[in-house]
Amino acid sequence: MVIDLDRCTGCQACVIACKQENNVPVIPPEEAEKRRTIAWINIIQFREENSPSKMRFLPILCQHCDRPPCTPVCPVGATYKNKEGLVAQVYPRCIGCRYCANACPYTIKFFNWYPPQWPKQMMSMLNPDVSVRPKGVVEKCTFCHHRLMKAKEKTKTEKRELSPEDYMPACAQTCPTSAIVFGDLDDPYSEVAKLTEDTRAFTLMEDLGTKPKVIYLRAGD
Amino acid sequence: MQKEPVHSDQALFKPILFTGKKFYLTAGILSAVVIWAAFIWIWQLWHGLGVTGLNRSVFWGVYITNFVFFIGVSHAGTLISAILRLSRAEWRRSITRMAEVITVLVLFFGVGNVIIDMGRPDRLLSVIKHGHFTSPLLWDVCSISTYLTASTIYLFLPLIPDIALLRDRMSGWRKKFYTILSLNWQGTEAQVNRLQKAIGIMAVAVIPIAVSVHTVVSYVFAMTVQPMWHSAIFGPYFVAGAIFSGIAAIITGMVIIRKVYHLEDYLKPIHFNNLGILLLVMTLLWFYFTFGEYLTTWYGHEPREISVWQSKVFGRYASLFWGMFVFCFVIPFSLLCRKKTRTIAGTLVASISVNIGMWLERITIVVPSLSNPRLPYPRGIYNPTLVEFSITAGCFALFILLYMVFTKFFPIVSIWEIQEGREKALKETAARIRTYLPGPTTTETE
Repeated sequence: MVIDLDRCTGCQACVIACKQENNVPVIPPEEAEKRRTIAWINIIQFREENSPSKMRFLPILCQHCDRPPCTPVCPVGATYKNKEGLVAQVYPRCIGCRYCANACPYTIKFFNWYPPQWPKQMMSMLNPDVSVRPKGVVEKCTFCHHRLMKAKEKTKTEKRELSPEDYMPACAQTCPTSAIVFGDLDDPYSEVAKLTEDTRAFTLMEDLGTKPKVIYLRAGD
Repeated sequence: MQKEPVHSDQALFKPILFTGKKFYLTAGILSAVVIWAAFIWIWQLWHGLGVTGLNRSVFWGVYITNFVFFIGVSHAGTLISAILRLSRAEWRRSITRMAEVITVLVLFFGVGNVIIDMGRPDRLLSVIKHGHFTSPLLWDVCSISTYLTASTIYLFLPLIPDIALLRDRMSGWRKKFYTILSLNWQGTEAQVNRLQKAIGIMAVAVIPIAVSVHTVVSYVFAMTVQPMWHSAIFGPYFVAGAIFSGIAAIITGMVIIRKVYHLEDYLKPIHFNNLGILLLVMTLLWFYFTFGEYLTTWYGHEPREISVWQSKVFGRYASLFWGMFVFCFVIPFSLLCRKKTRTIAGTLVASISVNIGMWLERITIVVPSLSNPRLPYPRGIYNPTLVEFSITAGCFALFILLYMVFTKFFPIVSIWEIQEGREKALKETAARIRTYLPGPTTTETE
């Protein structure tokens, strides 16, 4: 995934799309004040140190590290790097110790402090492809893994190779300015692979050696 | 020591034979606290961990602090008693038992707090069924369960002759109870030799296990890349801190037992003086480690590390940090460094202070690192709730209660070891000292 920070307007469309797609529970305001909001992707706003008049936006989601610090610390293997290279989360296995959440330098794992809730009207709108998480487990962005599963099944029945159009996470699909681009980083001809060659490309906390699969393009002036 | 060769040690049997009103009153109050905490825990299980003050970024708080604290205190007993036994410190005889009991009981509360902290305690067995050894938490599971087993055996072995003494004095169901536990102890020479050998082996085995326990507890933090957790000094720092709080716990327990059961004759000022010196050494060691840890972080001035450092030393957690410094260093050092204040009262104050300070140390390790995430998220504050304090109070109350109950079933001072000391040790020690001296070595060693 490549996120062009120059294009991000901080509109929060990706945040909403993600919540809808992934059955992310609605956290009441008094709980949100205690910093218990769950948002698999969220936008951090900050001002630059040397020009405080400029507001910057940083959409942040699980970086799906190639060397994730969160997976080895899980005592039961409930979080692990799967075959596709995504950092996966097995909700029925999770014991809720939150060690992975503490080990993640991006602080991008979320805990279900209470049983999940939605306003009544929204209950019928839950996505049947995504499991609802019970209280007491850790969750985070999956790169809409259920969409990949679906796309794989579809291409299998249609007897063809998976193409970039078949699979895209909800955030990338929704982004009105196309700031979020999704594709196969291993394919040198893909759009994302080309974008990573941009001189503006960087990853978060490169010095930690986590090798994130979310690549950012630096915002200009 | 005393002149009379046979001493009945009645004072040591008394707590088991007679139980006063005060005991029931104290037990009643403690039970009330425990029941309240149990109710609160059920409340937490029902509603979820949302009833605590934890949040995103501060995922761990009071419960994990308690875990580290209790596991630390567990180093009291077994380790200290093993070291004193191996070094043949004669003054150990009346304190080993009370120390070993602390270890065994307190380990349950260490483990218990992790379970209380879990979002899904119903899946506890997954840790065994699906354990992943890459996780330091699993290292803890192995290490702590080994320690619990070893220290239980180490507590039980020296109990056997005392249980036999009780068996011979009791009647009714109690006689049956002690008969089973005494494993047919008759005090024959062969049995005594075997027992001494077994205690010797366990005393040696328990030391590396104890060191490993607190080392891997520290690894839970040190293996992550989080600022001021990712530190190579954490292993020895935690072990030293554990022994530190452990000795303090023993002294506190000794003062209470001495007063309640009138054991002034068994726990003399010299015991407190000696343990006080040991505590003083650990105070200095604690200072040395803390100084090294904080100085290197400050000097390196790495931005992520320094933001945590700042929040501890001058920022939001400054009161906890400086409280820790006063309780762990200023108070115990000033009391213990002078012989005049190294009295029973002095060591008690120092010990209580160290225990408070070490709890503060644990929380200043757990929370500030978590509340300063690397990314510029809005910073919130972690305020523990009544739920967390109630459960913590319940843990302490249940610990004291179980300890009290133990003293009602087993002698809290090892009777046979005291008698052995009276009968043999004087001669043995004199013979040993003779071997240290220049001149021909006498043959009558041991």
